[in-house]
Amino acid sequence: MTETTHRIPDTQADLSFGRLTLGSTDARGNGWFGMAALVTTEACLFAYLLFSYYYMALHYGRDWLPPELPGFKFSIPMTALLFTSSVVVWIGERGIKQGRSAVCAIALAGGALLGIAFVALEATEWADKDFTISTDSYSSLYFTVTGFHMAHVVGGVIMLLAVALWTALGKFDAHRRDPVSIAAFYWHFVDVVWVAVFTTIYVTPHLFN
Amino acid sequence: MPELPARYTREPAIEPVTPDLRERLDRIWEGGSGLRGWFGTVDHKILGIRYIITAFVFLLLGGIEALAMRVQLAGPDQTFLTPEQYNELFSMHGITMIFLYALPILSGFSIFLFPLLIGARDMAFPRLNAFSWWVFLFSGLFIYASFFAGAVPNAGWFNYPPYALKQFNPGMNMDFYALGMILLGISTTTGSINFVITFLRLRAPGMSFNRTPVILWGTTTISVGNLLAVPAVSLAFFLLWLDRQYGTHFYGVEDGGKPLLWQHLFWLFAHPWVYIIVLPAMGMVSDILPVFCRRPLVGYSLVVLATVATMILGFGVWVHHMFATGIPFLSLSYFSGASFIITIPSAVSVFAWVATIWWGRPVIKTAFLYASSFIVMFVIAGVSGVMTASVPADLQLHDTYFVLAHLHYTIVGINLFGVLAGLYFWFPKMTGRMLDERLGRIAFWCVFLGFNLAFLPMHWTGLMGMPRRIYTYPDAAGWGWLNMLTTVGSFVMAAGILLVLINVAQGRWFGRRAAPNPWDAPTLEWAVSSPPPAYNFAVQPVVAGRHPLWEGRLGGEATGRSSLDHGPVLDRGKEQLVTSMLDGEPLLVSKVAEDSLWPFFATLAMTGFFAALLYHWTWTAAALGIVTLLCGLFWNWPRASLGQVREVRDD
Repeated sequence: MTETTHRIPDTQADLSFGRLTLGSTDARGNGWFGMAALVTTEACLFAYLLFSYYYMALHYGRDWLPPELPGFKFSIPMTALLFTSSVVVWIGERGIKQGRSAVCAIALAGGALLGIAFVALEATEWADKDFTISTDSYSSLYFTVTGFHMAHVVGGVIMLLAVALWTALGKFDAHRRDPVSIAAFYWHFVDVVWVAVFTTIYVTPHLFN
Repeated sequence: MPELPARYTREPAIEPVTPDLRERLDRIWEGGSGLRGWFGTVDHKILGIRYIITAFVFLLLGGIEALAMRVQLAGPDQTFLTPEQYNELFSMHGITMIFLYALPILSGFSIFLFPLLIGARDMAFPRLNAFSWWVFLFSGLFIYASFFAGAVPNAGWFNYPPYALKQFNPGMNMDFYALGMILLGISTTTGSINFVITFLRLRAPGMSFNRTPVILWGTTTISVGNLLAVPAVSLAFFLLWLDRQYGTHFYGVEDGGKPLLWQHLFWLFAHPWVYIIVLPAMGMVSDILPVFCRRPLVGYSLVVLATVATMILGFGVWVHHMFATGIPFLSLSYFSGASFIITIPSAVSVFAWVATIWWGRPVIKTAFLYASSFIVMFVIAGVSGVMTASVPADLQLHDTYFVLAHLHYTIVGINLFGVLAGLYFWFPKMTGRMLDERLGRIAFWCVFLGFNLAFLPMHWTGLMGMPRRIYTYPDAAGWGWLNMLTTVGSFVMAAGILLVLINVAQGRWFGRRAAPNPWDAPTLEWAVSSPPPAYNFAVQPVVAGRHPLWEGRLGGEATGRSSLDHGPVLDRGKEQLVTSMLDGEPLLVSKVAEDSLWPFFATLAMTGFFAALLYHWTWTAAALGIVTLLCGLFWNWPRASLGQVREVRDD
């Protein structure tokens, strides 16, 4: 085999890229796409969790559910809290897009607070149950599914607080703000997953009763 | 959207490569030295080679475990191993080869090659890349630490409950495996995110989807597969751990658990995994064969479509591992049918490779020997696979040595042979030195003949009824001579692997210096020196076709000419170009992370967290969990040098 180096023209006058964006700007950096990939795999995690739930539920039928079906006393306020938090976080992201760091930092921290309230309510519901994680396969799944979601809310709260801190430190402006958009993306995902969890745990038992 | 301020944009100068530019880039891209540099490096070339070495060490460990088992099985009624030792060895052999060797070795090649093949300077997330390697290394150490705790996983690599539950398996054996696998899953997931985003965003201008080398398609496809499949197994192992340690009822038969739930979750992951550990190797062969056949790959588009189709279909066949569990007839029919259909895309690739050789003028080098014998192994693995896809045949063959023969033709044939082809092909690029061809050929024939001598007779052993996972067998069974053949073959193959190691050591220190393009190959990694400089490409390459270095010889394939020595200069700190997903049009200049110790610290804390979980040290676990999060916080702290904050530092 002959050893050749590549043969290419040494001038190419028409090569021009124009002005290119620099760095992580307008949520077009790699980070936002990385979060999209993370959200994809996390969504699959919940799909497999709910698959496990339905696998048991379809095999065993009504007898598998506890005598007292999961109610809406806590779950509806929890849902309201999460939806509100999503709106608040959206306001925060819009704030930084308009260059208003204070609005953004306060809204992100507010979203995190609503998330903490959600966790507190969920913990109250857990304490309210007359079964534990080791009672039977329903109870194991109930605590594991809601627990996984709760862990994701806690993860989202930590992200929101970190980004709120950075915003308050004046690190971002209307264009350089990718972390805000990334955290907001994750937070909305945690909310959307709650819709699936809520429907599965709290709504379907009443449908098939 | 409001107009971007000028300070957030730049028009890169279009210039030729000069020695002055190279010197400047050398200074910018030079990594740290000493211990700090070793623990903090984010260079994809260093990390790729570390991945390969680590995975190869696991290959050797798994191989030694296999040899011990082959000594025990060489004849009837042997007592070389106790039954418990045998259980531990076959479990660790499977875990090691399937999880700690098969994918990580392919990831290693891909991490080394991705930026070089697409004309980039590093991965999309260089620190995450370092993190993936650290976590992979530590998860392997975690699982192997079970040897020192005297509690080695012993229920097989797919460890079915109820046997894997605490009631029947009270030691910590399965907890090492369960938590270690969750740790490894984190490494696989972060690695996959990196591959997908790198493929989608960092291809050189002009490198549209249909101009991308096949290995990139293979690795990207399986990375998407990983994102969809890995959560299933992480969840399966987490639930197993809960069952074992916190008395939940997922898999036990009492209190409403379902052992089959484990099998579903496990195979939902593990069948796609079979394709995940072969498709990148198939991609490597698709890129290597044309170089030695001196012509482009026949049916590039079909091979790429077949790769993607195989992955998609791979998600619809998991129940064929469960034919013998008594599931409904309809289910059997569907999954059997799907398993037959998956042979079609596989056959497309085989015919494309055969046609490439047929219409080419093969140059017989060691890499070609491995790549072409890969095709033969693939066909044998495929034929025995089709046989087991048929439900009535599978009911006979299930859990016999026939299945072992099939899966070893799959994993050794379609993974290891591809890997060795890749090793002989890319070694000059990695080290700047050539491997000795004569020793390479001797090693090849040892591996090839040893492998076939070991595993071809296994089909007959299985047909004669020898079940898997038995530590010995009576003389009257009549399996003795076949097992002796397998044992002899496995030692011949091991000798071949030893020769490969000698070959590599000799080449690394005494091999002939390699030119930039010793094989006269067509893709971008061969346009830079061997080994490549830290910054890979001095100017951003712009490609006009699928074979930038073969332009002018193929006639009409490319649109215009590729530009490799003349192009946009990105030299204000570590920078690389981000392009649009489909067509590879320039979008933005991305800042590349400097060396960082945070990935290492995060891994250390996280591994400690898992170890604390293993021993139920709740407060230690909580503390280490918080430390892990803090590492993440500092790691992601927005930096001006990375263009993440309003302050612009652009010099």
